[in-house]
Amino acid sequence: MEFFRQVFVIAHKDVRAELRTKEAVNASLAFALVILLLFSFAFDPESETTREISGGLLWIVFAFAGALILNRSFARELPNDCLDGLIAAPISGAALFLGKALANYALVVAVELVSLPVFSIFYNVHLGAQLPELLLVLALGAWALTVIGTMFSALTVNIRLREVMLPMLTYPILSPALMGAMRLTTDLVLGTAIGKDTVMWLKLLIGFDVMYTAAALMLVEFVLVG
Amino acid sequence: MRDKILWILAIAAVALLTRDILVMVDLPPEKMQGAIFKIIFFHVPMAMTAMAACGVALIASVLFLVTKNFLYDALAVSVTEVGLAFLAANLITGSIWGRNQWGIWWAWDARLTSALVCWILYASYLMLRRAIDEPTQRATFSAVFSIFCFIDVPIVIFSIKWWRTQHPQPVFWGGGSIPAGWYAIALWQLLAMLLLGTVLTMIRLRDEESQREIESMRRMAHAF
Repeated sequence: MEFFRQVFVIAHKDVRAELRTKEAVNASLAFALVILLLFSFAFDPESETTREISGGLLWIVFAFAGALILNRSFARELPNDCLDGLIAAPISGAALFLGKALANYALVVAVELVSLPVFSIFYNVHLGAQLPELLLVLALGAWALTVIGTMFSALTVNIRLREVMLPMLTYPILSPALMGAMRLTTDLVLGTAIGKDTVMWLKLLIGFDVMYTAAALMLVEFVLVG
Repeated sequence: MRDKILWILAIAAVALLTRDILVMVDLPPEKMQGAIFKIIFFHVPMAMTAMAACGVALIASVLFLVTKNFLYDALAVSVTEVGLAFLAANLITGSIWGRNQWGIWWAWDARLTSALVCWILYASYLMLRRAIDEPTQRATFSAVFSIFCFIDVPIVIFSIKWWRTQHPQPVFWGGGSIPAGWYAIALWQLLAMLLLGTVLTMIRLRDEESQREIESMRRMAHAF
């Protein structure tokens, strides 16, 4: 119980700090909007083929915009040596990691929920038909992005070229999850429910989430404390 | 002692490789593909050697985190670099075969994609190492990253089966139809590649240890 209270305190602190400045969320949302705009030049936004690749487009937006939030997660603690204070606090590394991950998750999901309707309007995509399943895929994909991103945010916080290294490390690891999320999202946007052919991608997403959450919780102590 | 073992292994690897190549030269061309099929005796063993290297890198990384012995860190980086070279060779030989048989250098089929993802994963491991200066931090962080990479490999590989695939189904140990004698060549060739990989890793390991020694001497010189 104590563990979850610590997790909640960290998550609460992070969300509150972010809501006061809104720097990461605003940057992330603006960035998502810019990518959505740029895609309209890369593809004909009216055509049917754009709808067929819409899952891929959407997840590229989420992954890029999410990286901005995740980059700030540990970097925010650098001024005034807050990170050292957090590590020295009488809580386990796992609690610190999970708290930060939950806060990031809330922010990433918030950005996704705002950019989803924008995407649907700009690209004339109907989300209504399979909305609950789409939200499930969104939630699972966002957790994959968050857990990997938060872990590598902790890993890269003190190293040179932090902003470059985080995406460089995150996206290749994330690729199976992104593959699954893109495939499912495309199907759901086109109005096909998750069926026999696609349910394994859902399983892949869940498996990915579970495995990497476990691995991160086990290994984060090494990253934070050494 | 270690140098002697290294020499013996190196000579064995070269001898085995020469013998394999001589045997392969004598093989008749395949009915459909012609002589290009012989590339498979490099392509497949190289992939397996690269996979073995991933496994060794995982073990070395875990052992480093447990023992904090820098020898394991040196082993992890050495074996990863060698494995990356083998995987690159695997991708290149596959690409040559694909150009000859499919008419294209690269197809975005799942198996090729997953091999490429693995290559990028371990390449970013090496990039991560370069970005960290402090030795203990570098060793710890890269060990954690290596474990993360290794977890990804089976997920990436299993997603092959779910994605439509253009890659020929495995002919060795995968229900393909090939003459019985070829298994023996493939196995000998696998042994040759594993030996070659071991030799290269040992050379790289020696390199890494000398590097560490030089660094510590430099630090000592600065201290005075």
